[in-house]
Amino acid sequence: MKITIIDYGAGNLPSVERALKALGAETERATEPAQVGSAEAIVLPGVGHFSAFVAGLRERSLTSSLRAACDSGVPMLGICLGLQAMYASSEEAPGDEGLGFFPGEVRALPKNVKSPHIGWNQVQTMQASKLLCGVPLDAYFYFAHSYAAPPTGAQTVATCNHGIPFAAVIEQGNLLGVQFHPEKSGETGARLLRNFLESAR
Amino acid sequence: MTLARRIIPCLDVDGGQVVKGVEFEGLRHMGDPAELAARYNREGADELVVLDISASRDGRATFLDTIRRVAEQLNIPLTAGGGIRTMEDGRAVLRAGADKVTVNTAAVQRPELISELAQQFGSQAVVVSIDVKRTPRSRSWEAYVRGGRDATGLDAAAWAAEAVWRGAGEILLTSIDRDGTCTGFDCELTATMAAAVAVPVIASGGANAFEDFLAVFERGRADAALAASIFHSEIHSIPVLKKFLAERGVPVRLSR
Repeated sequence: MKITIIDYGAGNLPSVERALKALGAETERATEPAQVGSAEAIVLPGVGHFSAFVAGLRERSLTSSLRAACDSGVPMLGICLGLQAMYASSEEAPGDEGLGFFPGEVRALPKNVKSPHIGWNQVQTMQASKLLCGVPLDAYFYFAHSYAAPPTGAQTVATCNHGIPFAAVIEQGNLLGVQFHPEKSGETGARLLRNFLESAR
Repeated sequence: MTLARRIIPCLDVDGGQVVKGVEFEGLRHMGDPAELAARYNREGADELVVLDISASRDGRATFLDTIRRVAEQLNIPLTAGGGIRTMEDGRAVLRAGADKVTVNTAAVQRPELISELAQQFGSQAVVVSIDVKRTPRSRSWEAYVRGGRDATGLDAAAWAAEAVWRGAGEILLTSIDRDGTCTGFDCELTATMAAAVAVPVIASGGANAFEDFLAVFERGRADAALAASIFHSEIHSIPVLKKFLAERGVPVRLSR
């Protein structure tokens, strides 16, 4: 199947593309609303600053087409900043509006731990998960972030803890997200991406 | 849930080939970067660092090509650097497939480079590399640049703190005294730096025995340990090293 990867002008697109292609998926980079409108499944990749992400979407007029894709049930996977952008706002960019698929604010990790949270960490599964299907409970994923989404809400299917608990995997209907980088998480990450492809079929 | 301590092989490359420098001098060919990268990816390395040590502007295209070839082989993070002087240099490295860029000499000469890179690509993509030598004073180290040749007069801990303040997401700390000597990491150095900054510290220089890794994680409080020749020459394999560490209570990611 074809995966539409949102290209908002930053982000690590090549590694996400490579990981999806290795699993047999076709990929396209979307910079225009029409591409989002006709997407079978969407990946929102992301590294960098929340405001750059939001501005990048706005400049390409992608915000409303992503909201429409969300409403019409198109499977969507947010990665790292892509997950964070699914929330209403972020402490990283006060005043900037996220996609708002989920209520709540993305917050900075606390000062009593090393930040960015960089490296391989484990997650705590809270409820049955499509993305984590077949992934061992003690598996490690690669994280690289300074901000994180609250661990609350029915969409939180797994949490991680770095100073505070935060949402590591979210799932609600067609909306999926991971705070870590599956494309950088070895075989475990590949399994998770394969689960996304299968759930999107 | 535990953040794992990382094992990071480093490829020093010159003219598209992996080389080994002993005490930053005397180069020896160690193999093809893409082949080594594939092996480390398979063996459970937690990430990979590729450094251009040719320090020649002419070698830039070759280095970017090396990054591309290496990135193709990986599903773990890749850090690349060596001779990064401008934001455009950093962008080229990231576009070629690196996840993080490491800066050293140019950051000392113009610290704003760190802020510029962090603003553009995020702190998680900026690794400030600091090469240090012990000073006669106790628990004090001086930062060196240009491959360990030039003293800067900067106290390493103070420089690391400034680098973090400017947006560095990690500090890659190399002991010039220990590099290539196989006498173990300088644990006092890494512990001092780990206490001085609130970002992860990657220890480098002197790795030899398994016990050196155990010491740098326990006494040295390092978040990650980097080594080159002992992995390239297959003196140690990463899975065996990780098993050794896991059996002694160090949280590591064991490959399956």
